[in-house]
Amino acid sequence: MLSFFEWCQQAGLIVAMRRSLWLFPVIEGVHLMGLALIGGAVLMVDLRLLGLGLRNQPVSTVARDAQRWLMVSLAVMLPTGFLLFMASAVKCYYLPAFWVKMAALAAALAFTFTIRRRVAAAGLASNSARTVALVSLLLWGTVAVAGRLVGFP
Amino acid sequence: MSLLRFCEWLGATPGSIALHNSLYAYLIVSTVHVVTIALFAGTAAMLDLRLLGAALRDVPLSEVAARLRPWIVTGFLLMLVSGGLLFYANPVPRYQNLFFRTKMLLLVLAGLNALAFQRQTGRSLAAWDLGTRPPTRVRIAGGVALALLAGIILSGRMIAYDWFDCRRPQPAFVSVLAGCVADAR
Repeated sequence: MLSFFEWCQQAGLIVAMRRSLWLFPVIEGVHLMGLALIGGAVLMVDLRLLGLGLRNQPVSTVARDAQRWLMVSLAVMLPTGFLLFMASAVKCYYLPAFWVKMAALAAALAFTFTIRRRVAAAGLASNSARTVALVSLLLWGTVAVAGRLVGFP
Repeated sequence: MSLLRFCEWLGATPGSIALHNSLYAYLIVSTVHVVTIALFAGTAAMLDLRLLGAALRDVPLSEVAARLRPWIVTGFLLMLVSGGLLFYANPVPRYQNLFFRTKMLLLVLAGLNALAFQRQTGRSLAAWDLGTRPPTRVRIAGGVALALLAGIILSGRMIAYDWFDCRRPQPAFVSVLAGCVADAR
């Protein structure tokens, strides 16, 4: 496992990225723009499930619209995140926050595309819908906070 | 008192020094500032995308604006407090940071864009509130707002990179833009 992380850090593309003054910070910036998009897409649905936000609209309408922006944000987040990881893969290997983030990310993605998707499509406002929203917020919140800690020197 | 003098005074206050030297308080404040991007920029971006006609097309704009406003305002207040504290911990380096200055300029432009939009479109809103494709000038306002938001995020991230630090030799125009010259005493 560690040797894979070491290999990542030495890939030609990544060596070039670390040598460049601008590239790394710009990729960080784009990753944070993705954070805004994914935050909007996730909050739209979770707030609605909690009976907040766009509460006059059917949950399924909000969820359908948010889904597209969730996919766009993931298309920004995952490649930029992978590049940032590759640039300091060995540091990540020894960083508990990195593993917490990866575990929370896997759980958040699995939860979002299975249980939460079905509950949102059914569009029922109930205690279970509120629980689903809180679990989603907790999982994505953990990804965000742990992500910030990975970036902290 | 000049702004620089004010920043020097602020940076010498006990609270500023304590926050600057703290390990956990500074980490928590900066984490709140970054994670709140998801709340503030996320909800603001959704409203901007609605202005562009790219998201929530079936929901009247007035409804999107009214329902999202509390979340945008809450996010902005969190940003203002946490960002204010981050500045308070390092007043002079931030004041003389080119990316910080860029970010403040973009923030002012974003505020003016929002203000101009509200004043111009308030009356005509009823005519296109339900439309899936808002008028061109509305879509321009939404696009400008989104671009400024992206610029604010990017320049905010760059503040941490002090390539243009006044304490190092800089080209003359950088020194002027960053306000280094005023520091030469």
